[in-house]
Amino acid sequence: MSTPLLYALAGVGLCLLGLYGLIVYAHLLRKILALNIMGSGVFLILVALARRSGDSPDPVPHAMVITGIVVAVSATALALVLLVRFSAATGRNQLDDDEHSP
Amino acid sequence: MGAAMTEAGLFLLDLLLVLTLLCLAWWSLAATDLFKGIVLFIAFGLVLALAWVRLDAPDVALAEAAIGAGLTGALLLTTLSKLASSIDNPPAKRSSPVLLWVLLVMLAAVLGYAIMSLPQQAQGLADTVASQMGNSGVEHPVTAVLLNFRGYDTLLEMAVLLLALIAAWSLAPRAATSCEMDEALTVSPIVLALFRMLIPLMILVAAYLLWVGAHAPGGAFQAGSVLAAAGVLALLCGKRLEGRLAGWPLRLGLVLGTAMFVAVAAAVMVGGAHLLQYPLASAGKLILLIEAAATFSIGLTLAMLFSGQRPSRGPAS
Amino acid sequence: MWNSLSIVLIMIGMVFFIAGTLGLLRFPDVYTRLHALTKADNVGLGFLVAGLMLQADSLTTALLLLLIWVLVMLAGAGAGQLVAQAALQRQHPVAKSQDDGRGHD
Repeated sequence: MSTPLLYALAGVGLCLLGLYGLIVYAHLLRKILALNIMGSGVFLILVALARRSGDSPDPVPHAMVITGIVVAVSATALALVLLVRFSAATGRNQLDDDEHSP
Repeated sequence: MGAAMTEAGLFLLDLLLVLTLLCLAWWSLAATDLFKGIVLFIAFGLVLALAWVRLDAPDVALAEAAIGAGLTGALLLTTLSKLASSIDNPPAKRSSPVLLWVLLVMLAAVLGYAIMSLPQQAQGLADTVASQMGNSGVEHPVTAVLLNFRGYDTLLEMAVLLLALIAAWSLAPRAATSCEMDEALTVSPIVLALFRMLIPLMILVAAYLLWVGAHAPGGAFQAGSVLAAAGVLALLCGKRLEGRLAGWPLRLGLVLGTAMFVAVAAAVMVGGAHLLQYPLASAGKLILLIEAAATFSIGLTLAMLFSGQRPSRGPAS
Repeated sequence: MWNSLSIVLIMIGMVFFIAGTLGLLRFPDVYTRLHALTKADNVGLGFLVAGLMLQADSLTTALLLLLIWVLVMLAGAGAGQLVAQAALQRQHPVAKSQDDGRGHD
Protein backbone atom coordinates (compact mmCIF):
# COMPACT_ATOMS: atom_id res chain seq x y z
CA MET A 1 0.00 0.00 0.00
CA SER A 2 1.35 3.41 -0.86
CA THR A 3 2.08 5.98 1.84
CA PRO A 4 -0.63 8.49 0.76
CA LEU A 5 -3.23 5.73 0.71
CA LEU A 6 -2.28 4.53 4.20
CA TYR A 7 -2.59 8.01 5.68
CA ALA A 8 -5.81 8.75 3.81
CA LEU A 9 -7.39 5.58 5.19
CA ALA A 10 -6.16 6.54 8.67
CA GLY A 11 -7.90 9.88 8.11
CA VAL A 12 -11.13 8.01 7.36
CA GLY A 13 -10.62 6.04 10.57
CA LEU A 14 -10.17 9.24 12.59
CA CYS A 15 -13.32 10.74 11.02
CA LEU A 16 -15.37 7.69 11.99
CA LEU A 17 -13.91 7.61 15.52
CA GLY A 18 -14.70 11.28 15.94
CA LEU A 19 -18.23 10.87 14.59
CA TYR A 20 -18.86 7.93 16.94
CA GLY A 21 -17.57 9.93 19.91
CA LEU A 22 -19.58 12.99 18.91
CA ILE A 23 -22.84 11.04 18.84
CA VAL A 24 -22.34 8.61 21.68
CA TYR A 25 -20.68 10.59 24.47
CA ALA A 26 -22.87 13.00 26.38
CA HIS A 27 -20.28 15.23 28.09
CA LEU A 28 -19.96 18.37 26.00
CA LEU A 29 -16.18 18.62 26.41
CA ARG A 30 -15.88 15.12 24.99
CA LYS A 31 -18.06 16.17 22.07
CA ILE A 32 -15.69 19.09 21.38
CA LEU A 33 -12.71 16.72 21.53
CA ALA A 34 -14.50 14.36 19.14
CA LEU A 35 -15.20 17.20 16.72
CA ASN A 36 -11.51 18.15 16.74
CA ILE A 37 -10.48 14.56 16.04
CA MET A 38 -12.96 14.43 13.18
CA GLY A 39 -11.44 17.61 11.79
CA SER A 40 -7.94 16.16 12.06
CA GLY A 41 -9.15 13.16 10.08
CA VAL A 42 -10.40 15.41 7.28
CA PHE A 43 -7.08 17.29 7.25
CA LEU A 44 -5.20 14.00 7.10
CA ILE A 45 -7.19 12.88 4.05
CA LEU A 46 -6.56 16.21 2.29
CA VAL A 47 -2.81 16.30 2.91
CA ALA A 48 -2.39 12.59 2.16
CA LEU A 49 -4.10 13.05 -1.21
CA ALA A 50 -1.86 16.06 -1.92
CA ARG A 51 1.14 13.75 -1.50
CA ARG A 52 0.25 11.77 -4.62
CA SER A 53 1.92 14.20 -7.00
CA GLY A 54 5.40 12.72 -6.74
CA ASP A 55 8.41 14.82 -5.76
CA SER A 56 6.84 18.06 -4.60
CA PRO A 57 3.42 17.75 -3.00
CA ASP A 58 0.48 19.87 -4.11
CA PRO A 59 0.65 23.09 -2.03
CA VAL A 60 -3.03 24.03 -2.39
CA PRO A 61 -4.41 21.44 0.07
CA HIS A 62 -1.56 22.37 2.44
CA ALA A 63 -2.70 25.98 2.43
CA MET A 64 -6.31 24.84 2.90
CA VAL A 65 -5.35 22.72 5.89
CA ILE A 66 -3.37 25.52 7.54
CA THR A 67 -6.41 27.75 7.11
CA GLY A 68 -8.54 24.90 8.45
CA ILE A 69 -6.42 24.46 11.57
CA VAL A 70 -6.79 28.13 12.47
CA VAL A 71 -10.54 28.08 11.82
CA ALA A 72 -10.82 24.90 13.90
CA VAL A 73 -9.09 26.51 16.87
CA SER A 74 -11.38 29.57 16.59
CA ALA A 75 -14.47 27.37 16.50
CA THR A 76 -13.16 25.29 19.40
CA ALA A 77 -12.50 28.41 21.47
CA LEU A 78 -16.03 29.64 20.82
CA ALA A 79 -17.51 26.23 21.65
CA LEU A 80 -15.57 26.16 24.90
CA VAL A 81 -16.82 29.62 25.91
CA LEU A 82 -20.36 28.41 25.20
CA LEU A 83 -19.71 25.30 27.30
CA VAL A 84 -18.48 27.35 30.25
CA ARG A 85 -21.55 29.60 30.04
CA PHE A 86 -23.89 26.65 29.74
CA SER A 87 -22.24 24.89 32.65
CA ALA A 88 -22.40 28.03 34.82
CA ALA A 89 -26.06 28.63 33.95
CA THR A 90 -27.37 25.08 34.39
CA GLY A 91 -24.75 23.36 36.54
CA ARG A 92 -24.65 20.57 34.00
CA ASN A 93 -22.09 19.48 31.46
CA GLN A 94 -24.41 17.79 29.01
CA LEU A 95 -27.45 18.64 26.98
CA ASP A 96 -30.85 17.16 27.67
CA ASP A 97 -31.77 14.06 25.77
CA ASP A 98 -34.49 14.66 23.26
CA GLU A 99 -36.77 12.12 24.91
CA HIS A 100 -36.86 14.10 28.16
CA SER A 101 -37.51 17.53 26.73
CA PRO A 102 -41.15 18.47 26.33
CA MET B 1 18.86 -3.84 -1.35
CA GLY B 2 19.61 -0.82 0.84
CA ALA B 3 16.88 1.15 -0.87
CA ALA B 4 14.37 -1.67 -0.44
CA MET B 5 15.21 -1.89 3.27
CA THR B 6 14.82 1.86 3.73
CA GLU B 7 11.49 1.62 1.93
CA ALA B 8 10.30 -1.20 4.19
CA GLY B 9 11.55 0.63 7.30
CA LEU B 10 9.74 3.82 6.33
CA PHE B 11 6.55 1.88 5.66
CA LEU B 12 6.85 0.33 9.12
CA LEU B 13 7.30 3.83 10.57
CA ASP B 14 4.20 5.03 8.71
CA LEU B 15 2.19 2.07 9.94
CA LEU B 16 3.35 2.68 13.52
CA LEU B 17 2.49 6.40 13.30
CA VAL B 18 -0.96 5.68 11.91
CA LEU B 19 -1.74 3.07 14.56
CA THR B 20 -0.49 5.40 17.32
CA LEU B 21 -2.74 8.15 15.96
CA LEU B 22 -5.83 5.95 15.97
CA CYS B 23 -5.09 4.57 19.44
CA LEU B 24 -4.42 8.02 20.92
CA ALA B 25 -7.62 9.36 19.38
CA TRP B 26 -9.62 6.51 20.87
CA TRP B 27 -8.01 6.71 24.32
CA SER B 28 -8.47 10.46 24.33
CA LEU B 29 -12.20 10.10 23.66
CA ALA B 30 -12.77 7.19 26.03
CA ALA B 31 -10.68 8.32 29.04
CA THR B 32 -12.73 8.40 32.23
CA ASP B 33 -10.77 11.38 33.54
CA LEU B 34 -11.29 14.28 31.15
CA PHE B 35 -7.92 15.75 32.16
CA LYS B 36 -6.26 12.57 30.95
CA GLY B 37 -8.35 12.73 27.78
CA ILE B 38 -7.10 16.25 27.03
CA VAL B 39 -3.47 15.33 27.69
CA LEU B 40 -3.88 12.40 25.31
CA PHE B 41 -5.42 14.77 22.77
CA ILE B 42 -2.31 16.99 23.01
CA ALA B 43 -0.15 13.90 22.46
CA PHE B 44 -2.38 13.07 19.49
CA GLY B 45 -1.68 16.52 18.03
CA LEU B 46 2.08 16.09 18.43
CA VAL B 47 2.05 12.67 16.73
CA LEU B 48 -0.11 14.18 14.01
CA ALA B 49 2.61 16.82 13.50
CA LEU B 50 5.03 13.93 12.85
CA ALA B 51 2.57 12.51 10.34
CA TRP B 52 2.54 15.88 8.53
CA VAL B 53 6.33 15.73 8.28
CA ARG B 54 6.09 12.23 6.78
CA LEU B 55 3.60 13.60 4.24
CA ASP B 56 6.05 16.36 3.21
CA ALA B 57 3.92 19.10 4.73
CA PRO B 58 6.28 20.94 7.12
CA ASP B 59 4.10 24.08 7.08
CA VAL B 60 1.14 22.08 8.32
CA ALA B 61 3.37 20.35 10.88
CA LEU B 62 4.42 23.74 12.33
CA ALA B 63 0.83 24.94 12.47
CA GLU B 64 -0.37 21.68 14.02
CA ALA B 65 2.31 21.59 16.72
CA ALA B 66 1.71 25.21 17.72
CA ILE B 67 -2.06 25.53 17.24
CA GLY B 68 -3.57 22.07 16.98
CA ALA B 69 -1.69 20.57 19.90
CA GLY B 70 -0.44 23.56 21.89
CA LEU B 71 -3.14 26.22 21.84
CA THR B 72 -6.14 23.91 21.54
CA GLY B 73 -4.74 21.88 24.43
CA ALA B 74 -4.26 25.02 26.55
CA LEU B 75 -7.81 26.15 25.71
CA LEU B 76 -9.27 22.75 26.65
CA LEU B 77 -7.34 22.59 29.92
CA THR B 78 -8.30 26.09 31.03
CA THR B 79 -11.95 25.32 30.21
CA LEU B 80 -11.76 22.11 32.21
CA SER B 81 -10.51 24.06 35.23
CA LYS B 82 -13.64 26.24 35.01
CA LEU B 83 -15.99 23.25 34.99
CA ALA B 84 -17.09 21.70 38.25
CA SER B 85 -15.42 18.32 37.92
CA SER B 86 -12.97 16.66 35.58
CA ILE B 87 -14.21 13.15 36.30
CA ASP B 88 -16.86 11.69 34.04
CA ASN B 89 -16.84 8.12 35.25
CA PRO B 90 -18.16 6.05 33.62
CA PRO B 91 -18.27 8.28 30.52
CA ALA B 92 -21.90 9.29 30.17
CA LYS B 93 -23.07 7.56 27.02
CA ARG B 94 -26.13 7.52 24.93
CA SER B 95 -27.23 4.01 24.13
CA SER B 96 -25.72 3.44 20.71
CA PRO B 97 -28.58 2.28 18.52
CA VAL B 98 -28.18 -0.16 15.66
CA LEU B 99 -28.84 2.73 13.33
CA LEU B 100 -25.59 4.45 14.41
CA TRP B 101 -23.55 1.34 13.65
CA VAL B 102 -25.24 0.96 10.29
CA LEU B 103 -24.42 4.58 9.55
CA LEU B 104 -20.78 4.20 10.62
CA VAL B 105 -20.23 1.02 8.63
CA MET B 106 -21.84 2.53 5.55
CA LEU B 107 -19.76 5.68 5.91
CA ALA B 108 -16.58 3.63 6.34
CA ALA B 109 -17.40 1.61 3.24
CA VAL B 110 -18.22 4.63 1.10
CA LEU B 111 -15.23 6.72 2.20
CA GLY B 112 -12.87 3.75 1.98
CA TYR B 113 -14.12 2.89 -1.48
CA ALA B 114 -13.85 6.51 -2.62
CA ILE B 115 -10.25 6.74 -1.47
CA MET B 116 -9.22 3.36 -2.84
CA SER B 117 -10.68 4.20 -6.24
CA LEU B 118 -8.73 7.44 -6.59
CA PRO B 119 -5.74 7.28 -8.93
CA GLN B 120 -2.44 6.50 -7.21
CA GLN B 121 -0.73 9.36 -9.01
CA ALA B 122 -2.33 12.75 -9.40
CA GLN B 123 -0.70 16.09 -10.05
CA GLY B 124 -3.51 18.13 -8.56
CA LEU B 125 -2.65 21.80 -8.81
CA ALA B 126 1.07 21.34 -8.12
CA ASP B 127 2.10 22.09 -11.71
CA THR B 128 -0.21 25.08 -12.02
CA VAL B 129 1.22 26.59 -8.85
CA ALA B 130 4.80 25.81 -9.92
CA SER B 131 4.28 27.53 -13.27
CA GLN B 132 2.85 30.66 -11.62
CA MET B 133 5.45 30.95 -8.85
CA GLY B 134 7.31 33.65 -10.81
CA ASN B 135 4.26 35.91 -10.53
CA SER B 136 3.69 35.45 -6.81
CA GLY B 137 6.41 37.61 -5.27
CA VAL B 138 7.53 34.84 -2.91
CA GLU B 139 9.51 31.64 -3.39
CA HIS B 140 7.61 29.25 -1.13
CA PRO B 141 4.58 27.63 -2.82
CA VAL B 142 2.41 27.35 0.31
CA THR B 143 2.92 31.04 1.14
CA ALA B 144 2.20 31.91 -2.49
CA VAL B 145 -1.11 30.02 -2.34
CA LEU B 146 -2.08 31.43 1.06
CA LEU B 147 -1.26 35.07 0.47
CA ASN B 148 -1.47 35.48 -3.29
CA PHE B 149 -3.28 32.85 -5.37
CA ARG B 150 -5.93 32.18 -2.73
CA GLY B 151 -5.50 35.40 -0.75
CA TYR B 152 -9.26 35.76 -0.63
CA ASP B 153 -9.57 32.64 1.56
CA THR B 154 -6.97 33.92 3.96
CA LEU B 155 -8.67 37.31 4.19
CA LEU B 156 -11.95 35.62 5.09
CA GLU B 157 -10.13 33.43 7.58
CA MET B 158 -8.80 36.50 9.38
CA ALA B 159 -12.41 37.68 9.56
CA VAL B 160 -13.48 34.31 11.01
CA LEU B 161 -10.85 34.64 13.72
CA LEU B 162 -12.11 38.11 14.56
CA LEU B 163 -15.74 36.97 14.56
CA ALA B 164 -14.93 34.10 16.91
CA LEU B 165 -13.37 36.55 19.35
CA ILE B 166 -16.32 38.96 19.11
CA ALA B 167 -18.72 36.10 19.77
CA ALA B 168 -16.62 34.83 22.68
CA TRP B 169 -16.45 38.33 24.19
CA SER B 170 -20.18 38.88 23.89
CA LEU B 171 -20.83 35.57 25.69
CA ALA B 172 -18.18 35.79 28.38
CA PRO B 173 -18.70 37.74 31.55
CA ARG B 174 -16.62 40.88 31.82
CA ALA B 175 -13.39 40.22 33.66
CA ALA B 176 -13.29 40.74 37.36
CA THR B 177 -11.07 43.65 38.32
CA SER B 178 -7.58 42.62 37.44
CA CYS B 179 -6.09 43.12 40.91
CA GLU B 180 -8.44 40.57 42.40
CA MET B 181 -7.34 37.93 39.92
CA ASP B 182 -3.66 38.53 40.35
CA GLU B 183 -3.84 38.07 44.09
CA ALA B 184 -5.48 34.69 43.74
CA LEU B 185 -2.68 33.55 41.49
CA THR B 186 0.60 32.33 42.92
CA VAL B 187 3.21 31.78 40.26
CA SER B 188 6.25 29.67 40.93
CA PRO B 189 9.49 31.70 40.71
CA ILE B 190 10.91 29.18 38.27
CA VAL B 191 8.02 29.77 35.89
CA LEU B 192 8.56 33.51 36.20
CA ALA B 193 12.26 33.07 35.39
CA LEU B 194 11.32 30.90 32.43
CA PHE B 195 8.85 33.55 31.37
CA ARG B 196 11.50 36.27 31.38
CA MET B 197 13.88 34.12 29.38
CA LEU B 198 11.37 32.77 26.88
CA ILE B 199 9.31 35.83 25.96
CA PRO B 200 12.07 37.67 24.05
CA LEU B 201 13.07 34.42 22.39
CA MET B 202 9.48 33.64 21.37
CA ILE B 203 9.09 37.07 19.81
CA LEU B 204 12.36 36.48 17.94
CA VAL B 205 11.18 33.06 16.74
CA ALA B 206 7.88 34.57 15.57
CA ALA B 207 9.76 37.22 13.59
CA TYR B 208 12.01 34.53 12.12
CA LEU B 209 9.08 32.36 11.07
CA LEU B 210 7.39 35.37 9.50
CA TRP B 211 10.50 36.33 7.53
CA VAL B 212 11.45 32.82 6.47
CA GLY B 213 7.90 32.16 5.17
CA ALA B 214 8.78 33.92 1.92
CA HIS B 215 11.08 31.12 0.80
CA ALA B 216 10.75 28.21 3.25
CA PRO B 217 8.16 26.64 5.58
CA GLY B 218 6.80 29.24 7.95
CA GLY B 219 4.58 32.28 7.63
CA ALA B 220 1.99 34.42 9.33
CA PHE B 221 -0.07 31.66 10.94
CA GLN B 222 2.87 29.81 12.43
CA ALA B 223 4.46 33.06 13.60
CA GLY B 224 1.14 34.28 14.97
CA SER B 225 0.64 31.11 16.95
CA VAL B 226 4.09 31.42 18.50
CA LEU B 227 3.19 34.98 19.52
CA ALA B 228 -0.09 33.65 20.91
CA ALA B 229 1.84 31.06 22.91
CA ALA B 230 3.93 33.89 24.37
CA GLY B 231 0.69 35.65 25.27
CA VAL B 232 -0.70 32.51 26.91
CA LEU B 233 2.49 32.15 28.94
CA ALA B 234 2.18 35.78 30.03
CA LEU B 235 -1.46 35.26 31.04
CA LEU B 236 -0.51 32.14 33.01
CA CYS B 237 2.11 34.20 34.85
CA GLY B 238 -0.62 36.57 35.94
CA LYS B 239 0.29 39.39 33.55
CA ARG B 240 -2.67 41.41 32.37
CA LEU B 241 -2.96 44.22 29.89
CA GLU B 242 -2.67 47.59 31.50
CA GLY B 243 -5.98 49.41 31.73
CA ARG B 244 -4.99 52.09 29.26
CA LEU B 245 -3.96 49.48 26.68
CA ALA B 246 -7.04 47.30 27.14
CA GLY B 247 -9.38 49.79 25.50
CA TRP B 248 -9.02 50.97 21.93
CA PRO B 249 -5.30 50.07 21.49
CA LEU B 250 -6.22 46.42 22.03
CA ARG B 251 -9.13 46.59 19.58
CA LEU B 252 -6.90 48.28 17.04
CA GLY B 253 -4.34 45.49 17.40
CA LEU B 254 -7.04 42.86 16.94
CA VAL B 255 -8.37 44.29 13.66
CA LEU B 256 -4.96 45.34 12.32
CA GLY B 257 -4.44 42.15 10.27
CA THR B 258 -7.87 42.19 8.64
CA ALA B 259 -7.71 45.94 8.11
CA MET B 260 -4.29 45.78 6.46
CA PHE B 261 -5.47 42.96 4.22
CA VAL B 262 -8.56 44.92 3.15
CA ALA B 263 -6.53 48.11 2.71
CA VAL B 264 -4.04 46.39 0.40
CA ALA B 265 -6.85 44.66 -1.49
CA ALA B 266 -8.60 47.99 -2.03
CA ALA B 267 -5.39 49.88 -2.84
CA VAL B 268 -4.48 47.55 -5.72
CA MET B 269 -8.00 47.97 -7.09
CA VAL B 270 -7.43 51.72 -7.27
CA GLY B 271 -4.39 50.91 -9.40
CA GLY B 272 -6.70 49.17 -11.87
CA ALA B 273 -6.01 45.56 -10.85
CA HIS B 274 -8.47 43.00 -9.49
CA LEU B 275 -9.08 42.45 -5.80
CA LEU B 276 -5.83 41.21 -4.17
CA GLN B 277 -4.00 41.13 -7.52
CA TYR B 278 -0.69 42.58 -6.39
CA PRO B 279 1.52 44.37 -8.93
CA LEU B 280 4.44 42.05 -9.63
CA ALA B 281 7.17 44.49 -8.64
CA SER B 282 5.89 45.06 -5.13
CA ALA B 283 4.12 41.71 -4.51
CA GLY B 284 6.80 40.44 -2.13
CA LYS B 285 6.72 43.62 -0.03
CA LEU B 286 2.93 43.77 0.07
CA ILE B 287 2.75 40.13 1.16
CA LEU B 288 5.28 40.75 3.93
CA LEU B 289 3.32 43.83 5.05
CA ILE B 290 0.05 41.88 5.20
CA GLU B 291 1.74 38.96 6.93
CA ALA B 292 3.37 41.16 9.57
CA ALA B 293 0.04 42.77 10.45
CA ALA B 294 -1.71 39.39 10.33
CA THR B 295 0.90 37.79 12.61
CA PHE B 296 0.36 40.47 15.23
CA SER B 297 -3.43 40.21 15.07
CA ILE B 298 -3.49 36.40 15.02
CA GLY B 299 -1.24 36.26 18.07
CA LEU B 300 -3.31 38.81 19.95
CA THR B 301 -6.66 37.23 18.97
CA LEU B 302 -5.65 33.71 19.94
CA ALA B 303 -4.24 34.91 23.27
CA MET B 304 -7.47 36.83 23.95
CA LEU B 305 -9.51 33.73 23.09
CA PHE B 306 -7.43 31.86 25.65
CA SER B 307 -8.12 34.44 28.37
CA GLY B 308 -11.79 33.86 27.59
CA GLN B 309 -13.05 37.17 28.88
CA ARG B 310 -13.05 40.80 27.91
CA PRO B 311 -10.14 42.45 29.69
CA SER B 312 -11.37 45.00 32.17
CA ARG B 313 -10.84 48.50 30.97
CA GLY B 314 -9.57 49.71 34.30
CA PRO B 315 -11.18 52.51 36.32
CA ALA B 316 -12.65 54.21 33.24
CA SER B 317 -15.39 51.63 32.57
CA MET C 1 34.37 9.19 9.31
CA TRP C 2 32.06 12.03 10.35
CA ASN C 3 29.15 9.97 9.16
CA SER C 4 29.92 7.02 11.41
CA LEU C 5 30.59 9.33 14.38
CA SER C 6 27.19 10.90 13.72
CA ILE C 7 25.52 7.48 13.64
CA VAL C 8 27.21 6.44 16.89
CA LEU C 9 26.11 9.67 18.63
CA ILE C 10 22.52 9.22 17.45
CA MET C 11 22.54 5.59 18.63
CA ILE C 12 23.76 6.67 22.10
CA GLY C 13 20.97 9.25 22.13
CA MET C 14 18.40 6.58 21.29
CA VAL C 15 19.66 4.39 24.16
CA PHE C 16 19.06 7.28 26.57
CA PHE C 17 15.57 7.80 25.16
CA ILE C 18 14.74 4.10 25.56
CA ALA C 19 16.08 4.15 29.12
CA GLY C 20 14.02 7.27 29.88
CA THR C 21 10.88 5.72 28.43
CA LEU C 22 11.42 2.52 30.41
CA GLY C 23 11.86 4.63 33.54
CA LEU C 24 8.67 6.53 32.80
CA LEU C 25 6.77 3.27 32.46
CA ARG C 26 8.39 1.30 35.28
CA PHE C 27 9.32 3.72 38.06
CA PRO C 28 6.97 3.69 41.04
CA ASP C 29 5.99 7.33 41.65
CA VAL C 30 5.68 10.73 40.00
CA TYR C 31 9.02 12.05 41.25
CA THR C 32 11.23 9.21 40.08
CA ARG C 33 9.36 9.14 36.76
CA LEU C 34 10.06 12.82 36.30
CA HIS C 35 13.70 12.15 37.08
CA ALA C 36 13.85 9.45 34.41
CA LEU C 37 12.04 11.57 31.86
CA THR C 38 13.80 14.91 32.21
CA LYS C 39 17.33 13.67 32.91
CA ALA C 40 17.46 10.94 30.29
CA ASP C 41 15.71 12.97 27.63
CA ASN C 42 17.95 16.00 28.10
CA VAL C 43 21.10 13.91 27.70
CA GLY C 44 19.55 11.75 24.98
CA LEU C 45 18.43 14.75 22.98
CA GLY C 46 21.90 16.25 23.48
CA PHE C 47 23.53 13.25 21.81
CA LEU C 48 20.86 13.21 19.12
CA VAL C 49 21.39 16.89 18.35
CA ALA C 50 25.17 16.45 18.37
CA GLY C 51 24.82 13.62 15.88
CA LEU C 52 22.47 15.60 13.67
CA MET C 53 24.70 18.70 13.82
CA LEU C 54 27.41 16.67 12.10
CA GLN C 55 24.91 15.98 9.29
CA ALA C 56 23.84 19.63 8.95
CA ASP C 57 24.78 21.26 5.67
CA SER C 58 25.32 24.75 7.07
CA LEU C 59 26.42 26.40 10.29
CA THR C 60 22.99 28.04 10.63
CA THR C 61 21.21 24.68 10.64
CA ALA C 62 23.68 23.33 13.20
CA LEU C 63 23.12 26.34 15.48
CA LEU C 64 19.36 26.05 15.11
CA LEU C 65 19.58 22.41 16.19
CA LEU C 66 21.61 23.48 19.22
CA LEU C 67 18.97 26.09 20.03
CA ILE C 68 16.28 23.39 19.93
CA TRP C 69 18.22 21.39 22.51
CA VAL C 70 18.59 24.39 24.83
CA LEU C 71 14.88 25.22 24.49
CA VAL C 72 13.77 21.65 25.17
CA MET C 73 15.96 21.60 28.28
CA LEU C 74 14.45 24.87 29.49
CA ALA C 75 10.92 23.64 28.84
CA GLY C 76 11.68 20.27 30.42
CA ALA C 77 13.12 21.90 33.54
CA GLY C 78 10.13 24.21 33.88
CA ALA C 79 7.52 21.55 33.20
CA GLY C 80 9.24 19.01 35.44
CA GLN C 81 9.30 21.47 38.30
CA LEU C 82 5.63 22.35 37.77
CA VAL C 83 4.54 18.71 37.72
CA ALA C 84 6.55 17.94 40.86
CA GLN C 85 5.07 20.96 42.63
CA ALA C 86 1.52 19.98 41.66
CA ALA C 87 2.20 16.43 42.86
CA LEU C 88 3.52 17.73 46.20
CA GLN C 89 0.52 20.01 46.65
CA ARG C 90 -1.82 17.10 46.14
CA GLN C 91 0.38 15.03 48.47
CA HIS C 92 1.05 12.40 45.90
CA PRO C 93 2.64 9.52 47.79
CA VAL C 94 6.38 8.96 47.55
CA ALA C 95 6.99 5.30 46.91
CA LYS C 96 8.70 3.28 49.68
CA SER C 97 9.11 6.24 51.95
CA GLN C 98 7.99 6.22 55.59
CA ASP C 99 7.80 9.98 56.16
CA ASP C 100 5.10 10.96 53.76
CA GLY C 101 4.48 14.63 54.33
CA ARG C 102 8.04 15.67 54.80
CA GLY C 103 7.17 19.30 55.20
CA HIS C 104 9.63 20.86 52.79
CA ASP C 105 8.25 21.78 49.42
